[in-house]
Amino acid sequence: MQELSVRHLLGIKDITAEDIQLIFETADNFKDVLNRPIKKVPSLRDITIANVFFENSTRTRLSFELAEKRLSADVINFSSSSSSVKKGETLLDTVNNILAMKVDMIVMRHSSPGAPHFLSRHIDANIVNAGDGTHEHPTQALLDSFSIREKLGDVAGKKVVIIGDILHSRVALSNIFALQKLGAEVMVCGPVTLLPKYIRELGVKVEFDVRKALAWCDVANVLRIQLERQQMKYFPSLREYTLYYGIDKKMLESLDKEIVLMHPGPINRGVELSSDAADSHHSIILNQVENGVAIRMAVLYLLASKK
Amino acid sequence: MQKRLIVNHQLLEIMVMRLCHQLIENHGDFSDSVIIGLQPRGRQVAQRIQSTLKTILGTTVPTGYLDTTFHRDDFRRRETPLAANATHIDFLIEGKKVILVDDVLYTGRSVRAAMDAMISFGRPANVELLVLIDRLYSRHLPIEPTYVGRRVNSLQSQRVLVEWQGSDTQEDNIWLVTKNEE
Repeated sequence: MQELSVRHLLGIKDITAEDIQLIFETADNFKDVLNRPIKKVPSLRDITIANVFFENSTRTRLSFELAEKRLSADVINFSSSSSSVKKGETLLDTVNNILAMKVDMIVMRHSSPGAPHFLSRHIDANIVNAGDGTHEHPTQALLDSFSIREKLGDVAGKKVVIIGDILHSRVALSNIFALQKLGAEVMVCGPVTLLPKYIRELGVKVEFDVRKALAWCDVANVLRIQLERQQMKYFPSLREYTLYYGIDKKMLESLDKEIVLMHPGPINRGVELSSDAADSHHSIILNQVENGVAIRMAVLYLLASKK
Repeated sequence: MQKRLIVNHQLLEIMVMRLCHQLIENHGDFSDSVIIGLQPRGRQVAQRIQSTLKTILGTTVPTGYLDTTFHRDDFRRRETPLAANATHIDFLIEGKKVILVDDVLYTGRSVRAAMDAMISFGRPANVELLVLIDRLYSRHLPIEPTYVGRRVNSLQSQRVLVEWQGSDTQEDNIWLVTKNEE
């Protein structure tokens, strides 16, 4: 059979289209498991996984933890706010201490881009990147593409626009890589200050008018404005951003076609998405969350099989 | 690689017919019975049993396919990981008489995994095992089939190959394959 070409899932950039297909096919089977009366399989029963979160997370962490438990792995959780990191321990020391307790896999979120890559050069355990700063968030991109595939049948040939704060978004970068590897056309849309200067070099279209972007696309993936990562003002006010880039139901209905609306969460209702748009039939936001568990099960299962 | 034919297509047809009659002896009209084929190769056996029962009885016995990949005990112990297949069981097995179906019974480990996987779909009244080929003296676990097509003596280095018309070849055949010594 097929195996993943990598030992760690550090980013979508490092994996192949075949890897992504394998993860999707495995996730199909896990999704089936999740819809059974007993939602658990014993595959990872002799594996211990540490969820190491140096940055806040609700959805991703719960999703990973649930995926690990559904696979019967032993799980330990760690968050930097209640740990010795505050006392001055380095990343490598922290992780080596966790590994000394015989942990097989590390799921890590860190605020510094490249932190999991650094770790992968120094430790033996399999590493899953659960978000590294503004760099990559591979499982989110996988579940986004998986949700598109589920809704539209295939990702190849679809037109996907990513709208919002592209500059600070790891979800955007991972999504661009994943969608391109699967053969979709990608556009980014947002205020000029929130688009990275060289984004065109990734081979994506750039659009500043959200109405034109919506008219072009099959799928709109709307991102949150990450105020916590912004050290300066990128636009005059949130109100003005909403006025120019906020999406509401009226805009969706004025299109002469059905588009699929996605959001990686957490949603700021009334900023990038109005409530009536987020809750409309266009939205597959909760399907994304549901698929997240199956995708993470598939990733953990496939990485665990690489000794 | 040497291939020796152990069951040809006429014999296989007689064998399936006999197994179906044995099933009818125990299950009557199959009102409380279901068939579950083990993925990947038990699926075709289950389909064949189902269609033969339909010719004899005129009723369609509920038949599903069960994948055991995630329940296997050799995860991380095999050289090459196994690919998962679809599970398709659109009926409840709670209180039913379940007939597990596979092509070849060898170590018994897949059947162990299958029983584990099956329990996720409910608590069956009882479980039986039907196999076309039972490889003797090779069991790792105390698992024995209820219905057997043929018992075969074989070496560990040999392999039993069941071919079905259409999918693999022109006609149904069961072969004993011996790999040449390097």
